Amino acid sequence: MSDVNIAIILGSIVAGAAPIVIAALGETISEKAGVINLSLDGSILLSAMVAFVVAFETKSVMLGFAGGAVAGALVAAVVGLFSIYLGQSQVAVGFVLTLTARDLAYFFGNPYARQYGPQMGPWPIPGLREIPFLGTVFFHHAVIIYLSMLMIAVCWWYMYRTPKGLRLRAVGEHPAAAYARGTDSRRIQMWYTVLGGLLVGIAGATFSLCTKSGWGRPQGAEGTGWIALAIVIFGGWHPAKVAFGAYLFSFLQVMGIQFQGWWPSIPAQVFQVAPFPLMIFTLLLMYAAQKGSDTGAERASPFLRRLISFLSGSPPGALGKSFRPE
Amino acid sequence: MPDDPKRTERIKKSLLEVLVMLVGVLCVTTLIILVAGAPPFEAFKYLLLGSVGSWIKIGQVLTGWIPLCLCACGLVYSFRVGLWNIGVEGQVVIGAICGTAVLRMGLENGSPTLMIMLAFLGGALGGGLWAVFTGFLKTKGGVNEIFGGLGLNFVAQGITLWLIFGPWKRPGVASMSGTELFSNELWLPTIRGLRLSPVGLALTIAVLLGTAWVLSRTRLGLALKGIGNNPRAAYLHGLKPNKYFIIAMGFAGACAGMAGTFQVTGVYHRLIPSISSNYGYLALLVVMLANYRIWGTPAIAFFFVCLNVGSIQLPMMLQVDSSLSGIVQGIFVLAALLLYAWRSRRSIKAF
Repeated sequence: MSDVNIAIILGSIVAGAAPIVIAALGETISEKAGVINLSLDGSILLSAMVAFVVAFETKSVMLGFAGGAVAGALVAAVVGLFSIYLGQSQVAVGFVLTLTARDLAYFFGNPYARQYGPQMGPWPIPGLREIPFLGTVFFHHAVIIYLSMLMIAVCWWYMYRTPKGLRLRAVGEHPAAAYARGTDSRRIQMWYTVLGGLLVGIAGATFSLCTKSGWGRPQGAEGTGWIALAIVIFGGWHPAKVAFGAYLFSFLQVMGIQFQGWWPSIPAQVFQVAPFPLMIFTLLLMYAAQKGSDTGAERASPFLRRLISFLSGSPPGALGKSFRPE
Repeated sequence: MPDDPKRTERIKKSLLEVLVMLVGVLCVTTLIILVAGAPPFEAFKYLLLGSVGSWIKIGQVLTGWIPLCLCACGLVYSFRVGLWNIGVEGQVVIGAICGTAVLRMGLENGSPTLMIMLAFLGGALGGGLWAVFTGFLKTKGGVNEIFGGLGLNFVAQGITLWLIFGPWKRPGVASMSGTELFSNELWLPTIRGLRLSPVGLALTIAVLLGTAWVLSRTRLGLALKGIGNNPRAAYLHGLKPNKYFIIAMGFAGACAGMAGTFQVTGVYHRLIPSISSNYGYLALLVVMLANYRIWGTPAIAFFFVCLNVGSIQLPMMLQVDSSLSGIVQGIFVLAALLLYAWRSRRSIKAF
């Protein structure tokens, strides 16, 4: 395999991972604030459809992205409203919405199926694209892909280096304590839920306007929302690790297609379902780490210890619970 | 009888709530249909009447009602104990796989009736074990049952695809249309002209009645209820929540597994990639709408399947996508959630 070939493959991994990175970051923000948005899968489909339709009608990709973002934010707003202010279970609302949003997407998108719409084409960065290997991998993509990479840094910096980010994390850990310190926990949770949904909407738009452009039934983005949810857990609710998980998944997907030629005995499905056993395994590790990490195996193998400490993280304390200020 | 006026008051209030909910759902649905550019009246006609217009259609509805109701019965167990068994889809699939495996084994020996019975048993066992595994992930591994179940759903789907394209593939070329059709003796017998299996109906009614009886008349049901309402108090009473989590999941998985086997023996007569027809997820909606009780589950399941069957004609007749049925189902559940919120607000105000 020549150098150029590897660079192109790596580039396609980066490009393919972009929507998942964006969606997973949005969900990380939402879950860090304590609200789990189970409607990701349907939300992505709905915003993909809205983005495509808006772009199709207005011939503007930018407006398409805006439409998708609004759609994602609206779905998340419903989740937030029902769970934060009406006291219903986040899981219940999120689950209903994931099915209903998908049905809405298919229903309203029907007349636009298999039509050619505007796409966001690649926009190589003038100076940086000349770099021999890295140029092809990182700088030959559409604008949204560059944005996805920037988002990782912005997200991390915001959450861990700004006072607002501290408040976000505080509300997610213990909204009652934050409330006692004067924060309107419910408003903060709602705000970040909607923000997370906005990012999810942008991810959906990325699908239908860039990565898997067009609309149809099925679109091709089905199942991505569940994968993003798994990746958020795999990444221990930390933006950098979540992004790593997204790139790992994209790597597995691309490699799955490549490896099928090399190792036909390994079924292709192994690569497709890989994020989920990984997620379960991560959760098991986190639990084991929490329960007291004084096992012999850990002491014996420094690799295991480092692996566990890399993968460990704990969910935000108040994830999934509704907070009622008294 | 001093209670009577209060009771009629309550019944009147409940009826009013349901009426408001129906009107709300109707309005929102009409709006959606109008936005899509279709005539609402015709759409409702197809949606609601399209499934009860003829005996054949009713047979179709009942054939869909059977697996949906079975799954929903199982879910009542898991909801009773406070678990979100999102893994029900995977349990249906594993049940279907096990049923197929049993049928594939005994094509030469044994009477068809015995084989089919064993297939259902195998499906129940497979689905039950899959669910119990999810339960153990929760009790011993701290993995939330939502994500454990979700992950195992995808694993089950992966196993299905591997089987269809690998060991169980059709001779010649493997295809998405599934494994080979079973020979006719292994099909569930149906009422002449209706394609509806009386065995399936009998099984579903038996499971419904059994579930109602277990949950309301046995110590097990009482224990499940206690743990669902207040795990801490139940623990102090000497009940082990973890044990009952596993038991509830086992019941849930067994019912779902039987639904999967029914899909294989009574509907598709082979294993296909989408063998579950999403009945697992839909059953979750059914039970949510029934306020997590067995009481309203069969009727709501029937209604949901009516919507699904009725919506099949929509693409042909009105050029709209058939997912309108899914939208209506979702709006119903959202309206129900609003109703529950309204009721709890009202009960707080009553203090």
